[in-house]
Amino acid sequence: MPVEIYKDKFTGKGQEVILGATKEQGGTRAYTVKMGGSSTLPFLFYEGEIPNRPVIAMEVWDIKPEWNPCFEQYYGDVWNDPVAWAKKAEEYGAEVIYLRLQGADPELENSKSPEECAKLVKDVLAATGAPLIVEGPGQPDKDNDVLQAVAEAAAGENIALGVAEKDNYRGIAAAAMMGRHCIIGRSPVDINILKQLNIMITEMGVPIDKVINDPMTSSLGYGIEYSYSTMERARWGALIGDKMMTPPVICLAGPEAWSKKEPNAVGEDAGPGWGDQRDRGIMWEAMTAAALLQAGGDLVLMRHPEAVKLVKKQIDALMVPNKY
Amino acid sequence: MGLTGLAIFKLLPKTNCGECGVPTCLAFAMALAAGKATLSQCPYVSDEAREALDSATAPPIKLVKFGSGDKVLEIGDEQVIFRHDKTFYHPTGIFIEVADNDANLAAKVEEINGISVERVGQKYELDGVAVANASGSADTFRAAAEAVAGKTDKAIILISECPTCMEAAASAIAARKPLLYAATAANYEKMVEVAKKVAAPLAVKGEDLSSLAELVAKVGYKELVIDSGARQISQVIADQTQIRNSSVKKRFRPFGYPTIAFTTESDPAMEVLEAQAFISKYASIVVLKTVKTEYLTSLFSWRANLYTDPQKPIAVQPGVYPYGAVNADSPVYITTNFSLTFYSVAGEVEGTRIPSYLIAFDTDGLSVMTAWAGGKFIGEAIGPWLKDSDINQKVNHKKIIIPGGVAAIKGKIEELSGWEVLVGPRDCTSIGSFAKLRLS
Repeated sequence: MPVEIYKDKFTGKGQEVILGATKEQGGTRAYTVKMGGSSTLPFLFYEGEIPNRPVIAMEVWDIKPEWNPCFEQYYGDVWNDPVAWAKKAEEYGAEVIYLRLQGADPELENSKSPEECAKLVKDVLAATGAPLIVEGPGQPDKDNDVLQAVAEAAAGENIALGVAEKDNYRGIAAAAMMGRHCIIGRSPVDINILKQLNIMITEMGVPIDKVINDPMTSSLGYGIEYSYSTMERARWGALIGDKMMTPPVICLAGPEAWSKKEPNAVGEDAGPGWGDQRDRGIMWEAMTAAALLQAGGDLVLMRHPEAVKLVKKQIDALMVPNKY
Repeated sequence: MGLTGLAIFKLLPKTNCGECGVPTCLAFAMALAAGKATLSQCPYVSDEAREALDSATAPPIKLVKFGSGDKVLEIGDEQVIFRHDKTFYHPTGIFIEVADNDANLAAKVEEINGISVERVGQKYELDGVAVANASGSADTFRAAAEAVAGKTDKAIILISECPTCMEAAASAIAARKPLLYAATAANYEKMVEVAKKVAAPLAVKGEDLSSLAELVAKVGYKELVIDSGARQISQVIADQTQIRNSSVKKRFRPFGYPTIAFTTESDPAMEVLEAQAFISKYASIVVLKTVKTEYLTSLFSWRANLYTDPQKPIAVQPGVYPYGAVNADSPVYITTNFSLTFYSVAGEVEGTRIPSYLIAFDTDGLSVMTAWAGGKFIGEAIGPWLKDSDINQKVNHKKIIIPGGVAAIKGKIEELSGWEVLVGPRDCTSIGSFAKLRLS
């Protein structure tokens, strides 16, 4: 009895977005990464095209972050040297560098100027070969100033600028357009706002193939299921033909996972049955990432080098085409 | 799902006798289609009609139970492809495989019993033990099954493709209603006999989807769990998706049963990630080998998240919760009883390492801003409650920290409660720095 294979018939597909530019393309990256572009649900090769594998980005901060002490052994000698840190991230398997310009936060005492940020971006680009994402400090006015300077400094490199939100997207979109960069649009775990923001950004003139969506993914254990369902719905929307749901999705797995108690707690702070912090923390991050991949994550931001290894290995296994 | 009211109506007597409690057959048919009535309410329905209606109104995936006592595991009976379509009902059973000839069998079962993870007010445990007939011997298998049954009250899966071995082990622990794994094309006749004899559910294992469907049709037994035989993660996901889609969307009966999946990765971390993918993509049971609690903590959490009902806000019991060794000087925070909000705030409050009280204020499970907009997290509600709350007996100060997003309710709370209000950060992740600046 041959079974009739069930296939959903989709008319749409995800938008492919290219990050980075090589020398031939006007930049200096050693390679580019392609994200999205699927015409089926995650990892269902028998049903449609999955042209690109999920990409791993790793965090680099411009100031020393307050991270769990377990990161000391990996980043301890580069906390205050973002350029060296970026190179290290590449060694740890980062396919994309995600530079967070937290030091430009205007509330900090020695808040970095847009010029300092632009110089740092240039230095990171000079020292690394990976495509780059730059996130501003998160304060709207400063974001605009900083990202504009960064967009100019990185002209031709096709980096991604973030994070644009519903109430603060114009400046960042303008900077992205000027430098022909990509833009990350963030919506608060809400499919309607995701779509609305994409409409607003593209209406400003940013082409849809330069947009990446951050649906505000949450950590394992703390509302990840909301992100999971939002992502599943967005992918479905793209597949049934809604152009404004097609951009690839970035998942901030590392920072979200590590902001929670479970990966961090040691000794008495750890709950019953949690076991040792090191392996628990690595798995907490890896599982946050892996779960979001099942909902259609295209680009995963990660932090722990061991978690990166695990997730890459799982992506390898998931990318073996299934067929009937 | 199932038949429309009109399709059901065609099968009814159309006498409009009203004995079912509904005035007309058409109205009754509509009630049936909506799941608001059962066919047994109609005394005159014909046998043929009953059979047709029963099979049409049966759930797309059968509910199967195994195990005994208060450890009966219910699996299957799922109705949707995506959790956001409705909800997933029966969380994946997580089992650990042990070999029947393992010299440390008893210790391993102890270890499985001992896995107990507590977080955010929930307790997670393994669902059971899968005993594999690695020895190939019926005696060893039976002895192992008895030993496991003696050591744990959790559900048991017996793994053997040898009917004689299966009969020996299954008969010995029949009272525990184990799941028998597995009937194959080579052994299914005898395996079904064993399953019938011990009244236990039977797993059916195919070589691929087609051979699985064929085998299910042949066994003629309804208490089934199915396995397409795939083991590579990407093919397992494909097969599980096929099974779910065929049963739910096309009512393909041979696939209308719960499923079982086995991990193959030898590295425990990779194995747990593999299990995660199976849980995400529809496996009703996942069998793995590692009992590393550091990893299982994540796996349990993922299962709990995935099977959370998206239709209802999840709430914690309203009340005053202590974090750390609280005393009369401990700070007091207040937030809503929407569990996502509450546990996020609780994690941050705990992270300040200053023993503190956190109040989960009853907002019917709404988040801070939604509850504020809806009039449930406002001074008029919080003030009077705070005035009479037993927190007044627990601390010797009257200072309460409220979420920064609702700074506007400060005045009303102060007026109605006599407490002083400190406006905390908007985002709970800033509670740590807030506490450092303001509380120490």
